[in-house]
Amino acid sequence: MYRNRIIPCLLLKDKALVKTVQFYKPRYIGDPLNAVKIFNDKGADELLLIDIAVSKEKRTINFDLLSKIASQSFMPLSYGGGIHNIKDMKKIFSIGFEKTSINSSALSDPNIITKASETFGSQSIVVSIDVKKDIFGRYYVYNHVAKKNISLDPLEYAKKVEKLGAGEVLLNSVDNDGLMKGYDLELIRKISSSLSIPVIALGGAGTQEDLKKAVQAGASAASAGSLFMFYGPNRAVLINYF
Amino acid sequence: MITIIDYGMGNLKSIQNIVQKVGGEAIISYDVNEIMHADKIILPGIGAFDNGMKNLNERGLIPVLQKKVMQEKTPFLGICLGMQLITRKSEEGALEGLGWIDAETIKFKSLSNNLKIPHMGWNYVVVKKNSNLFKGMCENPRFYFVHSYYVVCKNENDILTTTEYGFNFASAVEKDNIYATQFHPEKSHKFGMKLMENFVKNV
Repeated sequence: MYRNRIIPCLLLKDKALVKTVQFYKPRYIGDPLNAVKIFNDKGADELLLIDIAVSKEKRTINFDLLSKIASQSFMPLSYGGGIHNIKDMKKIFSIGFEKTSINSSALSDPNIITKASETFGSQSIVVSIDVKKDIFGRYYVYNHVAKKNISLDPLEYAKKVEKLGAGEVLLNSVDNDGLMKGYDLELIRKISSSLSIPVIALGGAGTQEDLKKAVQAGASAASAGSLFMFYGPNRAVLINYF
Repeated sequence: MITIIDYGMGNLKSIQNIVQKVGGEAIISYDVNEIMHADKIILPGIGAFDNGMKNLNERGLIPVLQKKVMQEKTPFLGICLGMQLITRKSEEGALEGLGWIDAETIKFKSLSNNLKIPHMGWNYVVVKKNSNLFKGMCENPRFYFVHSYYVVCKNENDILTTTEYGFNFASAVEKDNIYATQFHPEKSHKFGMKLMENFVKNV
């Protein structure tokens, strides 16, 4: 029996673990190495690490931290943030990660997807798509560096990245991020039914039930941040997994 | 000393990490002399079949691997592409495989129940025969898989485990000193650690 993956998503800012709400207000959670250790001990299906500051601040990838994370993790690891070329990817794989997630570099040069999947195999290339609704409720791809929607239809873009060689799509709802009120199921349905590659749903999970709903809507895997970091109505920090 | 074969195909560091974690010692190498002295050999691999065979060939590694594994009977563990390369051939490529087990590698065709290809994620294995590799393994072991091709054995006795993904396929094989897994023990928590510990200490 196949199990759909439940993937904690850890946001990094400098050397800290943080969590955002609708892509704003990064709140300090703790030490990423400590969090990774807890997820490792609890047997998490997979971990997704995203450095949310590296692209915006034009810094280099924190390979040292990634290397420490990989040496103590015995589960699949993905990294996203500030990846600009094949060389960056090669270094991330050599450290012990098996997937790289690209977002803004795929938007500015979609050919990087093809180059990467031809070099490393499509299974190791995740294309991350941030989606935000406009005031009329229409979905747009959101550029987190420019902090605005761009005139790109998420479904068209998702089909395009699949064709270019992406192995998975990480579908992130900006509107639902950090609210813990559930995923955007309509968005998940729309995208996953039109793709043959796996879709990882992200953005909004507040309960275990939400994770199930994402899978029922067609996601191959359900990812969440707040759900695995907060506890109780006051959102006390408590790293947890099932 | 365990030698992890470096032929430019994937994540070698995490294999070395897990060998060390379970108390073994491993070097990563493509040096023929070093491989000649290996007590055990691990052939990992992520990527395309022909690239794998081509790289093994270009680095001059095929004769030494043949000698160690087939003549000297050095314990061998193939992982993922490393399992597919020991079959005779693959639908993914045109080159001949190593042919150490009588098997072929074929592609997942369209699967029912919205099962996506590649088969990516955690899945259970059913152990088909008594094996040192699964000695002391906890019940219902599950492992991490990422693959679009799978191995079909001519000889059913070579099948060590099966896994269901639309149907049952051979997720691990064992023949004499040759072990191979389609899944990634190095990324499969305590289940993978136990399997690797067994490879390090019990085969």
